[in-house]
Amino acid sequence: MRTLPVGDDALLVEVSSGEEAQALHAELLRRRAEGTLRVREIVPAARTVLLDGLAEPARWAAELATARVPAVAAHAREPIALPVRYDGPDLAAVAERWGVSAREAARVHAGTEFTVAFCGFAPGFGYLTGLPDRYHVPRHATPRTSVPAGAVALAGPYTGVYPRSSPGGWQLIGTTDAVLWDHTRVPAALLAPGTRVRFVPVEGA
Amino acid sequence: MSDRALVVVRAGALTTVQDRGRPGHAHLGVPRSGALDPAAAALGNRLVGNPPDAAVLETTLDGCALRARSTVTVAVAGAPCPVAVGGRPAAWGAPVVVPAGTLLEVGAATAGVRSYLAVGGGIAVEPVLGSRATDLLSGLGPAPLADGAVLPLGAPAGAPARVDGAPQPAPPAELVLRVTPGPRADWFTARAVRDLTTRAYRVSAASNRIGLRTEGPALERARTGELPSEGMVLGAVQVPPDGRPVVFLADHPTTGGYPVIAVVRAADLPAAAQALPGTPVRFLSVRRR
Repeated sequence: MRTLPVGDDALLVEVSSGEEAQALHAELLRRRAEGTLRVREIVPAARTVLLDGLAEPARWAAELATARVPAVAAHAREPIALPVRYDGPDLAAVAERWGVSAREAARVHAGTEFTVAFCGFAPGFGYLTGLPDRYHVPRHATPRTSVPAGAVALAGPYTGVYPRSSPGGWQLIGTTDAVLWDHTRVPAALLAPGTRVRFVPVEGA
Repeated sequence: MSDRALVVVRAGALTTVQDRGRPGHAHLGVPRSGALDPAAAALGNRLVGNPPDAAVLETTLDGCALRARSTVTVAVAGAPCPVAVGGRPAAWGAPVVVPAGTLLEVGAATAGVRSYLAVGGGIAVEPVLGSRATDLLSGLGPAPLADGAVLPLGAPAGAPARVDGAPQPAPPAELVLRVTPGPRADWFTARAVRDLTTRAYRVSAASNRIGLRTEGPALERARTGELPSEGMVLGAVQVPPDGRPVVFLADHPTTGGYPVIAVVRAADLPAAAQALPGTPVRFLSVRRR
């Protein structure tokens, strides 16, 4: 584990894999809950966890550099089920890249259990990991100017769902009616770091 | 009349509702947002007797005009500008009473970029995640002001300050931004790291609430390839592929994939919010506290 100072009161903790980042995130949340870690933001990402607004950054830099992080404990709660229609405009191209039929591509995706590795890009947009390496696909060279809300999409190692209409370069494989973000709801975000997710195929429009 | 509200007569180029923003939700992809010059917003609030976190209006270059439905106390702080009530000149940087039905005009900034209009009782639009701030990156909070919009006001909490005027820093003729190196200085050549803190930059016209963009020597990378997305902080100096440093301001994305070569001290960011396009920028390397 490597700790990189960020300005005067933040620390970027770097690990070597997404799984380690998720485990580190869980451990840091635990330490904040028990009151030993005083920090404004804990922001997990692909290979790092950012501690922003951190009391005693130098002490934590030293402590975390040698800390051992326990693996993420087994989840007590069931994964969230997101209903999905595999009707995206890029489904055929993704299936061809995988060397399978569109129907089989949908089956592979729906058969995978995902975990929200981190959020970003937009409120409620989760970067979901779980697809094996051989199913990773590149993003479009030229992003679409508008991707509809609820679009289920792939890029690199990630699956994501667009919480609202926005420009986007990911490969669109399906659509969900689930509301990913609603600021009047508690919690506003359906997906938070650590949440497990399954996509459940539904028929028709 | 109990109808405490402001009617927008002239929205201006970009006028938004701002407060201290919504920190604490970055892990959900929610930017902090909030006033770009928090000291000016807090001063405006103090002048009208509001708590420092009450919502104010942040204008951009050309001010705005509003009509008060009931008599209110207002104060304009931040970028200096002419203020008029019912067509007559009124004080900038001091509490001013605007009678019911009277037009309040916040003129174009004579220096700086962003003026702050505080109103007794605060702007009382519905909060989102504990804040009324307009976030231009994620679209959270109220939309930027539009002509004809009606802004509800809260009940005044305290008496206006008894001052004729309050001292405020002048907008910068040269923007000096103190930086500490890293976390990704090692993604750049030694020369680029030196260039950042020794060469001259200027504020780009493409700057906005998300970032202060600069023009100047391109910073050359020592490493190719993509940095996996990582958490971003306020004041991060991110370097996109064109090599021109961008200083992240309040509406910055919570994660990003371009390397951060250095981080600007938070105390220097209000001045960055008031620097006009073309203002010289100097990044000054300082030791971490």
